[in-house]
Amino acid sequence: MMALREVTRRFGETAVLHGISLEVAEGSFTSLLGPSGCGKSTTLRIMAGLDRPTTGRVLMDGRDVAELTPAERNVAMVFQSYALYPHLTVAQNIALPLAMRRMSRLERLPGLDRLLPSARAKRADQARRVASIAEMLGIEDLLQRKPGQLSGGQKQRVAVGRALVRDPSIFLLDEPLSNLDATLRVQMRAELAALHRRTEKSFVYVTHDQVEAMSMSDRVAVVLGGRIAQVGAPRDLYERPENRAVAAFIGAQPINLLDVAFAPGESSGPFAALAPRTASTTPLPARATVGIRPEHLVPAPGGAVRARLEAVEYLGAEVLLHLRADDGQALRALAPGDYAPPAPGSEIALAFEPRHVHVFDATSGARLALGLERAAA
Amino acid sequence: MSTRLLVRRAVSTTFVLLGAAIVLLPFVWMLSVSLKPADEIFTREIAFLPTRFEWSNYVEAFTAVDLTRYLMNGVVVCVGILVFQILLAVPCAYALTQRRFRARTLVFGMVLAGLLVPYHVTAIPIFLGLAQLRLLDTYTALILPFVASVFGMFLFRQFFAQIPSDLFEAARVDGLSETAIVWRIAFPLAWPAATAFAVFSVTAHWNDLFWPLIATSDRALATPPRGIVYFNDQESGSDVGPLMAAAAVVTAPLVIGFLLAQRAFTQGLAAGGLKG
Repeated sequence: MMALREVTRRFGETAVLHGISLEVAEGSFTSLLGPSGCGKSTTLRIMAGLDRPTTGRVLMDGRDVAELTPAERNVAMVFQSYALYPHLTVAQNIALPLAMRRMSRLERLPGLDRLLPSARAKRADQARRVASIAEMLGIEDLLQRKPGQLSGGQKQRVAVGRALVRDPSIFLLDEPLSNLDATLRVQMRAELAALHRRTEKSFVYVTHDQVEAMSMSDRVAVVLGGRIAQVGAPRDLYERPENRAVAAFIGAQPINLLDVAFAPGESSGPFAALAPRTASTTPLPARATVGIRPEHLVPAPGGAVRARLEAVEYLGAEVLLHLRADDGQALRALAPGDYAPPAPGSEIALAFEPRHVHVFDATSGARLALGLERAAA
Repeated sequence: MSTRLLVRRAVSTTFVLLGAAIVLLPFVWMLSVSLKPADEIFTREIAFLPTRFEWSNYVEAFTAVDLTRYLMNGVVVCVGILVFQILLAVPCAYALTQRRFRARTLVFGMVLAGLLVPYHVTAIPIFLGLAQLRLLDTYTALILPFVASVFGMFLFRQFFAQIPSDLFEAARVDGLSETAIVWRIAFPLAWPAATAFAVFSVTAHWNDLFWPLIATSDRALATPPRGIVYFNDQESGSDVGPLMAAAAVVTAPLVIGFLLAQRAFTQGLAAGGLKG
């Protein structure tokens, strides 16, 4: 198990990480998801031991590993650029970490490794291990090639093989699929998920692509501006975003975020016909931000939300409707693909289910325990 | 092919041939003289081909002085210098690009400054130092002053700076020590730069007359150029035929070596960001 405790990292004057605390449970597939420059790669490099935190602690199985090298931590890492050694064959690339771990300095000397019986035995053992890994990844035919002769997907597999070969305690993957084409990416996604199930090791996966994070991981940490905005199962992030920023970041279609006034008599805009519903006795805020995903806002006769249609995007399976409410706020709604939109300019009634509405504090952006329901008129 | 293109090629080829002729002329003359009998060397007419080939010049070159020994000395000195230069320059260059430490920029600045100092300037202090250490007239005196090559550090640094740092980080994750990274990852990748550097280093030290003249007086330690000078000391006066034969023999290994390493050499220079 790996854990970060209040880890900060500054580069000179710039603070990149502001107190990251994260636990990676044994055997979990945890993604660090965030836009570029949010600090997710720095976090991974600190986990690997390639970088050191300015303050804070890095723990593995409860032990502080701040002073340990990546090899001593026994982490494996797959780089975005694959970082294969160009002068070594695929077989040598995969075998190198084994040779460095299991052979003495003497046994590794070029030439001597053929003479020493112990080195010969270890080399043979390594060759067997490399062969079994190559078989598992389907790269047996490539073992004698150099990285320069491989395609992107093949390099990716070799990089994974090199990470796999020495039975690491944790796998760290830094945007490993971002250099592949779309088809290959989908295929490798499934292969990585299968690999995780088969090895039962912890994976930490850095990505800016929420589809990758959501589809493969059991836990996702959303990193925004050097802080962890939310950690949870993919479903939690989508269904119960803890703040406005996470709600805005997660979701294939950007969520609608609207300013709403709750004070009696002041309510206007698309949610004018709705009133807040709360279980607690805390007083209602005067204003709040209401979030609702376009896919949860569908045209329905008699719907509580009314808005004027501005433009239509036909996406095949769905139709994306661009709408504008009376008070000028823009709205997006997703209708099924067979929906026949009315002429632009006409008013549409939209319906949603109360559980799909997220209410956030207007200033702090934190989630409020509030729902919306149709006001008893 | 259009006439214009044809003309353009003809013109450029002519210039290349002209340049080559100017560069090659001394070599051709050296070979020509080395094969001429003594009475044909100083004549009024210019003749590239001798009337009869005087192969004995070459025999004389090897017998009049101990040319074989000088060639061996040249090999020992050049290989010694090159091995130590690479042993020092490659780790230095790696540290300058891939390690972060205080004063890194300052150290690199000093390397650059070192490039500007001609070694003749430091010759006298080094000579005095070696004299104090009683190392004059030894192989050490011929090798030691050149083992730290700022040019080598600069060339390898430029090469390593272009290697993505991911590669070295992957090596760290794979359990390689910094020394192992230098020799197992960085150095093999820098092979073109190493070839280019080797050509520069070997040419400079094989042809060097200045330092062997200062640091050694023992004939047994003479390097090839130092050895050729002995032809002038002979009582028989300057024996030009055998002298040129010896010069041809001394030049040959460099020419052959360069032709073999030509491709890697130009590649290394291009990759090192130096324009020839």
